[in-house]
Amino acid sequence: MADLTYIEAIREALIEEMRRDTTVFVLGEDVGAYGGAFGVTQGIYDEFGEMRVIDTPISESAIIGVSIGAALRGYRPVAEMQFADFISCGFDQIVNQAATLRYRYGGRVSVPIVVRAPSGGNVGGGLYHSQNPEAWFIHRPGLKVVAPSTAYDAKGLLKAAIRDSDPVIYFEHKYLYRRAKGPVPEGDEVVPIGVAAVRREGSDATVLTYGAMVTPSLEAADRLAKEGVEVEVIDLRTLMPFDRAAIFASVEKTSRVLIVHEDVKTLGLGAELSAVIMEERFEHLDAPVQRLTYPDTHCPFSHVLEAANLPSADTITEALRRLAAY
Amino acid sequence: MPPIKRTKFKLAPEQLLDMYFWLQLIRAFDLQLSTLVKQGKVRSGVYTGIGQEAIIVGTCFGLRKDDWICPLHRDLGAFLMKGVEPRVMMAQMFAKATGLSKGRDSALHSGVSELGIFGNTSMLGANLPIAAGLALTFKMEKRDNVVVAYFGEGASNVGDFHEALNIAGVQRLPVLFICENNQYAYSVPLEKSMAIDDVADRAEGYGFDGVAINGNDVLAVYQATQGALARARSGEGPTLIECKTYRWHGHSEHDKAFYRTNEELAMWKSRDPIPTFTTYLKGLNILTDDHVNETETRVKATIDDAVEFAMNSSDPDLNDAVTDLYTD
Repeated sequence: MADLTYIEAIREALIEEMRRDTTVFVLGEDVGAYGGAFGVTQGIYDEFGEMRVIDTPISESAIIGVSIGAALRGYRPVAEMQFADFISCGFDQIVNQAATLRYRYGGRVSVPIVVRAPSGGNVGGGLYHSQNPEAWFIHRPGLKVVAPSTAYDAKGLLKAAIRDSDPVIYFEHKYLYRRAKGPVPEGDEVVPIGVAAVRREGSDATVLTYGAMVTPSLEAADRLAKEGVEVEVIDLRTLMPFDRAAIFASVEKTSRVLIVHEDVKTLGLGAELSAVIMEERFEHLDAPVQRLTYPDTHCPFSHVLEAANLPSADTITEALRRLAAY
Repeated sequence: MPPIKRTKFKLAPEQLLDMYFWLQLIRAFDLQLSTLVKQGKVRSGVYTGIGQEAIIVGTCFGLRKDDWICPLHRDLGAFLMKGVEPRVMMAQMFAKATGLSKGRDSALHSGVSELGIFGNTSMLGANLPIAAGLALTFKMEKRDNVVVAYFGEGASNVGDFHEALNIAGVQRLPVLFICENNQYAYSVPLEKSMAIDDVADRAEGYGFDGVAINGNDVLAVYQATQGALARARSGEGPTLIECKTYRWHGHSEHDKAFYRTNEELAMWKSRDPIPTFTTYLKGLNILTDDHVNETETRVKATIDDAVEFAMNSSDPDLNDAVTDLYTD
């Protein structure tokens, strides 16, 4: 297993899937000869040419609509939104076309598209280059949503998303592109959609998290261990459908839950996880389910302001201390 | 009545009679739906294309099975001409289990990929980027198939129209953009939604030809379509054909359409595409009184069978409300 960065892992998944399956193609803004705004598609154009690596106009709605049309004829398009923030410009095609087609066709059609969405803050991007819009899509029946935190999962989940028959929104965290590095299997290892990963075992409290919040959560867990509190850290990996079995198993074990995400608090995924845990595992809880999230605000450009908004190892540690002492 | 020009794309007498049948069937189907709404037998979601039939017949006639269409919400006739059985369309309107969507959505919000039919949402113009995607696959495969995508003059003001026509122009995609300009976007007349007279003029901005024609003349529509199809099939890219027409009924069957005058409606009814074509065919001695009666009988039998089938079909299974959201 070679060590790859997160961004190299995404690229490797794209190349391997395009070699394996001629129905897979890539489209988006600047994805061709330029190699993508972040360099994800670097070199892909040289190998596969302009009919399988398609530079598009600045037209997010058309990028997704074209993907849907191609999917209806048996293709597996991978559409790149240059930033997840721009996905709002293609929102209707995702939520009203891709998400509903199978349902309104009486189950006679599938829409195997992937929308790659570089998301997340801590990169000085300001309001329109830092967003975490996953909750919009989790909320819409008919869509699947994934958010890898490691290079390993970045590759395996993208492969799974491309092979999946339904529309998948793939949130790749920009902060992790070159910072997350680790072993990535060569070849055909797929990380299944809908399965969480226990990143650290513990018996005293559970952290449910994903994306760029996994690493600070693990750091907080290490600090708590020194204080004699063993924290279990679960990386959800798939946000819709989330892994209920893994979540419930951990709740039954620890009885205390902290949800950490970079999306804002109100009606973020944490709200749903908290509700589900209370509905279905209330009798196992020793404390109210807690959330540590981005506050209900926008992402400011100032590093000082942004850092104040983001959950960190420090704030997660404090939240876990309070939870353990409840 | 405006004269009909001879077309350079010759049609045999039996093809002309076939066109006549389709015009009559589509008209009768929509009229029947209108009645069913008034009777409370069909709940809602009925947007008839009465008065606009020549556009559907002129564009769909002679399309190949593996060509695709992306109709708009008035184009029930396009579904029929592309091969959906009338009884299945009627069951769809009745929200029965035997309809295209198992009762999940009304009207034309469903499709049949095997017949090359894409069903749009209520977001007008949202079918156009998808049409471009379908056409892109034909280009990738170097096939000489085409996509025929329909939209109203109202939908030409939506962003998706611009994005789709632009990308189709850039990629020289084999797609025909058929504008059914029926003068009103629900209640808003076109002079309040466009600062130009012809939607066709917009094509120039995307680098391909646009033409405005009489949409109530089935042969004019057919001729323009055949020219555009030939160009698209040979790799010369898209064409926009704006068909000037008028819808006789309101936006939906529940719309009384008080925003327009009786005089205006009467003027357009005098341009009814069906008698115009009938007179033409009779003048050529292609259509006889026997043909007229025979067609009427056949149309009535088809509609009656469709209504009976739909009324006797089961409601969807309650489980169908929450299934078919995902494949895997």
